Amino acid sequence: MDFNDTPEEAAFRAEARTWLEKNAAPKDPDDPGDDILGERTSPEIIAAAKEWQKKKADAGWACITWPEEYGGRGATPIQNVIWGQEESNYSVPPNIFGIGIGMCGPTVLTHGTDDQKKRWIPKLLSGEEVWCQLFSEPSAGSDLAGLRTTAVREGDEWVINGQKIWTTGAQFSDWGILVVRSDADVAKHAGLSYFVVDMHSPGIEVRPITQINKGQGFNEVFFTDVRIPDANRLSEVGNGWAVAITTLMNERASIGGGGTGGGVDDLIELAASVELDGRPAIENSSVREKIADLYTRSRGVQYTGYRSLTALSRGTTPGPEASLGKLVGAALAQEMASFGIELGGVTGATLDEGATPGDSLFQEMYLAIPGLRIAGGTDEVLRNIISERVLGLPPETRADKGIAFKDIPTGPAS
Amino acid sequence: MNFDFSEDQKLLQQTARDFLDEHSPLSVCREVLESDQPYSQSLFKAAAEMGYQGTVIPEEYGGAGFGYLELAVVAEELGRALAPIPFSSSVYLATEAILLAGSEEQKQSHLPRLAAGEAIGTFALVEKAGQNGPEGVEATCKGGKLTGTKLPVPDGDVADFAVVAARSDEGLSLFLVDLDQDGVTREPVGSFDPSRSMAQIRFDGADASLLGTAGEGAALAERVLDRAAVLVGFEQLGGADRAFEMTKDFMNGRYAFGRPISSFQALKHRLADLWCEIQLTRSNCYYGAWALSNDAPELGIAACISRIAACKAYDLAGVEMIQLHGGVGYTWEYDCHMFYRRAKLLSVILGSPASWKDRLVTRLQAQNAA
Ligand SMILES: Cc1cc2nc3c(=O)[nH]c(=O)nc-3n(C[C@H](O)[C@H](O)[C@H](O)COP(=O)(O)OP(=O)(O)OC[C@H]3O[C@@H](n4cnc5c(N)ncnc54)[C@H](O)[C@@H]3O)c2cc1C
Repeated sequence: MDFNDTPEEAAFRAEARTWLEKNAAPKDPDDPGDDILGERTSPEIIAAAKEWQKKKADAGWACITWPEEYGGRGATPIQNVIWGQEESNYSVPPNIFGIGIGMCGPTVLTHGTDDQKKRWIPKLLSGEEVWCQLFSEPSAGSDLAGLRTTAVREGDEWVINGQKIWTTGAQFSDWGILVVRSDADVAKHAGLSYFVVDMHSPGIEVRPITQINKGQGFNEVFFTDVRIPDANRLSEVGNGWAVAITTLMNERASIGGGGTGGGVDDLIELAASVELDGRPAIENSSVREKIADLYTRSRGVQYTGYRSLTALSRGTTPGPEASLGKLVGAALAQEMASFGIELGGVTGATLDEGATPGDSLFQEMYLAIPGLRIAGGTDEVLRNIISERVLGLPPETRADKGIAFKDIPTGPAS
Repeated sequence: MNFDFSEDQKLLQQTARDFLDEHSPLSVCREVLESDQPYSQSLFKAAAEMGYQGTVIPEEYGGAGFGYLELAVVAEELGRALAPIPFSSSVYLATEAILLAGSEEQKQSHLPRLAAGEAIGTFALVEKAGQNGPEGVEATCKGGKLTGTKLPVPDGDVADFAVVAARSDEGLSLFLVDLDQDGVTREPVGSFDPSRSMAQIRFDGADASLLGTAGEGAALAERVLDRAAVLVGFEQLGGADRAFEMTKDFMNGRYAFGRPISSFQALKHRLADLWCEIQLTRSNCYYGAWALSNDAPELGIAACISRIAACKAYDLAGVEMIQLHGGVGYTWEYDCHMFYRRAKLLSVILGSPASWKDRLVTRLQAQNAA
């Protein structure tokens, strides 16, 4: 048992580091860290992100697990993790390609034809084209297969009408992966088809939505008689659910891999620097107990990640048990943020550069984390996945089985 | 990254599981629970024949000379089986104290018998309610004669000798005391989990030999407790895992309202949460095992997080086990209470979680100051 790389992994790490040293600046300790909700999207940031992605692509360091013929290097998943670890030590722009690289690319690579892969993958990889995920709708989130945006075939084209929502990055995306209902007369999951849509098509309207923290990471996307060539369809008509599952499995892998285990060291630092009843807060026994609990839990998440990496290093693909990282990690991050605010005492009530202790880190975090507990599978959906797919418990009894989609009961609002 | 046990260690674990399936089904724990016998002598003997008591004892002292990763997987299996034997007292505490601080003579006189399961050792530290560690010890030792009362001493009624904390002129020190001598009186004390026994021991000028350096007993006791925390953590992990599996199996077979109760989402989510707690605990315990087997400077912190996580997960598993079984879970006849009791006993036996949380933050502060 150790935390070391295998000799091959170490050699790969050294190679990655050598390239990064030459091409990027070391990370500034005050770097705000990952842009988990995709909120930092000014034109300058987007331009910088594209430039960095292009630089990596030219040197063969973009999307390294993808096949060489499309610009990748056929790297293993563990090499990809090592690359990510190394890159995170450098000052690089926020990753605006997370959805494209994490979900859209792998889906196209799995279900696309050769022509489709040649058309889309190289420019996705090089950052020239940005992608988004058009899955959720006002009446279909956790119950994704309940979506209602329609696709009607007209010759070599499909005509799309309806609305998507919560689409992260739609405002600057070039392409989107889109699941639509192509047949409402068959059962819910059987009537779906999957397309790649040009986000610059006539009839698409993108309206930003403001989050609780005033960020605008996500959008509403309206489709009015939008035409998509049939050549942009992935897989068979009616097979959209299977393709969507591929996307969602990749989403879980990419979100689960993100480290939300940090932050507890900042909390300890804050507890040592503020006072409670005239003494350093960290000397207060209830503060100590809380810190001990949070520290233990965040190390538990971190070391669980190490166990997954070990499996990955031995060539095992992570399964549904990877849901634990996001389920426990996001709730834990929220609890840490909450406690971080409370440590400030009454000044915890401020959100002000000059007045708030700890650079408002925990206030900002508290307003960001609720999104993480909902995006990419809510806590409750993750518990369903763990109980059914990991523990093998019986599925829910369902009210939508074995009937045509159009006959499924809906709520009064929809 | 290689954060897992090796194939050989997993094989050893499987062997231990097979051995315990045969020699320590839950009926063996129940037998001890329901009778006056303090522990299962035949199981303790059979375990010694497998070499478990001597896992980390060097070969020159009659042990197997393995490392702590091997002992950790054995501990996990003993925990799964609710093995009713004085293993933790003798192996994780007494043996560890002697390995850490014993003179050559002390090692030669004690380790071979411990390895062979011919002697049982224990750790006599606590004297009064609320005490969790070496602080507050009032027993004294002057001129090699030890006086004072220890309550409770786990397995103190069956142990052959004890590592005893007492004050000497130099300060708190640890001593080796033979429990079969005139100056020692012991009485069994009722145990919260009668499958593990407890005693009160009175020392009245008992012969004692210094273990380690005089005046450094508090630091030594902490080191012993750290090591035991990791190993007991594996017992807790094993117990929690077993309680979880038994509960899940029961729920799949129990029908209410025309469906298995394991199909109710309120209950599925509780099992999912319990599974997560156990996974987190497993990860923290692995870290503890890594630190212990490498004698790493991180052991102090690793021991704390192993223990804090393990106490929480096993307690939760025991509580959920009874609740999710319904009425039968509250009967003496069902085995749920054996897990419920063992979990609570283990959560205090090395000091309460609250004391370990405080210790953890102290160590984090020291680490950050360095
Ligand atoms: C920051 C952010 C970014 C996002 N980005 C994207 C994106 O880029 N593309 C995209 O397509 N979508 C995106 N989403 C949408 C996200 O996938 C959905 O919000 C999510 O799946 C939940 O769906 P919903 O909002 O419709 O809530 P609902 O599904 O209506 O859920 C409401 C509540 O009911 C619970 N619930 C629902 N079903 C069950 C069940 N079976 N069992 C138990 N509880 C249940 C939920 O857990 C939740 O608490 C994003 C969301 C957020 C917050």
